[in-house]
Amino acid sequence: MIKVRRLVKTFGPKPVLRGLDFQVTRGEFVALLGPNGAGKTTFLRILATLSRPKMGEVIVAGHHLPAEAAAVRRRLGVVSHQPLLYGDLSAEQNLRFYSWMYGVGDLERRIDEVLHLVGLNPRRRDLVRQFSRGMQQRLAIGRAILHRPDILLFDEPHTGLDQEAAAMLDQVLREIATAGRTVVMTSHDISRAADLADRVDILSKGVITASESTEDLDPIQLTELYRSVTRV
Amino acid sequence: MPPTTDVVNQKPESKAGGSLRAYLRSIAAIVWKDLAAEFRSRELIGAMLVFAALVILIFNFALELDIRTREAVTSGVLWVTFAFAGTLGLNRSMAIEKDRGCLDGLLLAPVDRTAIYFGKAIGNLFFMLIVEAIILPMYSVLYNVNLFQPGLIFVILLGSIGYTAVGTLLASMAVQARTRDMLLPILLFPVLIPLLLAAVKASNGFLMGFEMAEIMPWINLMIAYDVIFIAVAFMVFDFVVEE
Repeated sequence: MIKVRRLVKTFGPKPVLRGLDFQVTRGEFVALLGPNGAGKTTFLRILATLSRPKMGEVIVAGHHLPAEAAAVRRRLGVVSHQPLLYGDLSAEQNLRFYSWMYGVGDLERRIDEVLHLVGLNPRRRDLVRQFSRGMQQRLAIGRAILHRPDILLFDEPHTGLDQEAAAMLDQVLREIATAGRTVVMTSHDISRAADLADRVDILSKGVITASESTEDLDPIQLTELYRSVTRV
Repeated sequence: MPPTTDVVNQKPESKAGGSLRAYLRSIAAIVWKDLAAEFRSRELIGAMLVFAALVILIFNFALELDIRTREAVTSGVLWVTFAFAGTLGLNRSMAIEKDRGCLDGLLLAPVDRTAIYFGKAIGNLFFMLIVEAIILPMYSVLYNVNLFQPGLIFVILLGSIGYTAVGTLLASMAVQARTRDMLLPILLFPVLIPLLLAAVKASNGFLMGFEMAEIMPWINLMIAYDVIFIAVAFMVFDFVVEE
């Protein structure tokens, strides 16, 4: 579903991704771990068509990036640590706006479904700026799955959430994963990544330094592996 | 929270395409979104209106002029007011997109990115016209000058189209920078010089009752400016917003 070969990205003279190789099969949930500055967000932004690679090959859902970015965007849902929602619009208005942008059919029914899924139907007419961080993040997931994408990219979705909101988010993520979606999620939380994902890849200094199935390793072994491959 | 597998386990949407209908729907969606958000917050039009009203009030007290001189300076005062008030609106309009990462949300939509430009530009034009519609009668009362002439209204419309066409493009560039509030006027005003010059001359021509033959070159310049900059924005917007 996602195939990346020898990906290079620089900001000015500073290299961020240095020949990264990465692959995800259809329906797989991959967690991408790595220290701050490893290039996780940059990598996800390239997959999301928001940033151009300098060199290398990126194929998402059979389409080459950046040449076929519009075709890729139709298949993608993106949740970042920012909600990508308008504070002065209600939850329902935000979803209606994005439904129009994505050409979602039968949009009233779909908005109802999504608001129920993320547990925000009772607050549908409230302004997003009145929502807690957890509620905004749940609505952001609703926005991302509104057009029924088959690939979902999550960039540190648990950032700033309290325990309860994070648990709710985990529940939604599990639901999405069991529905057969392909998911790539960046995170700093090793135990959560081990719990949710099928595979954990560790990104350090712009390359994938380890890739392990979560069936093969428990969180303690994974933490040790993480420390060993990210050690300076 | 009651998750239901069948809700997420459905085929991807395939309706959004590169068709003209999808393109126009995206433009309309962005205009609707900007108007709905502004209707709720009233931040953008409020700031532009207060600023514009203060500028014409200050000019009114600063320039103690006779009626003939007032008519002569009217076009200059009006366009200075619109240009400065407009930058407030442009900055705010793009800042809304930067808050909570909304610009990324727009860029992720499977539509031609020029639809985002046209949606934002039409929204900005709408806000600018609302402010002008309120400022014109206020100015007429304060300066005792009749501004309700079809020719002048046409010039203001042409000038506002050019202003928002260039302003939206440059605001999209400036919003990426840390110093966006300062950067926009520095980028915008040099590019606006031909448009503002033509707008002031054409407005003055209508107010002073010049022959159409004297006014037409300035109107033609404004039309050419509008067409050229809308075309330039259409060609470069994708590169402007790309990382």
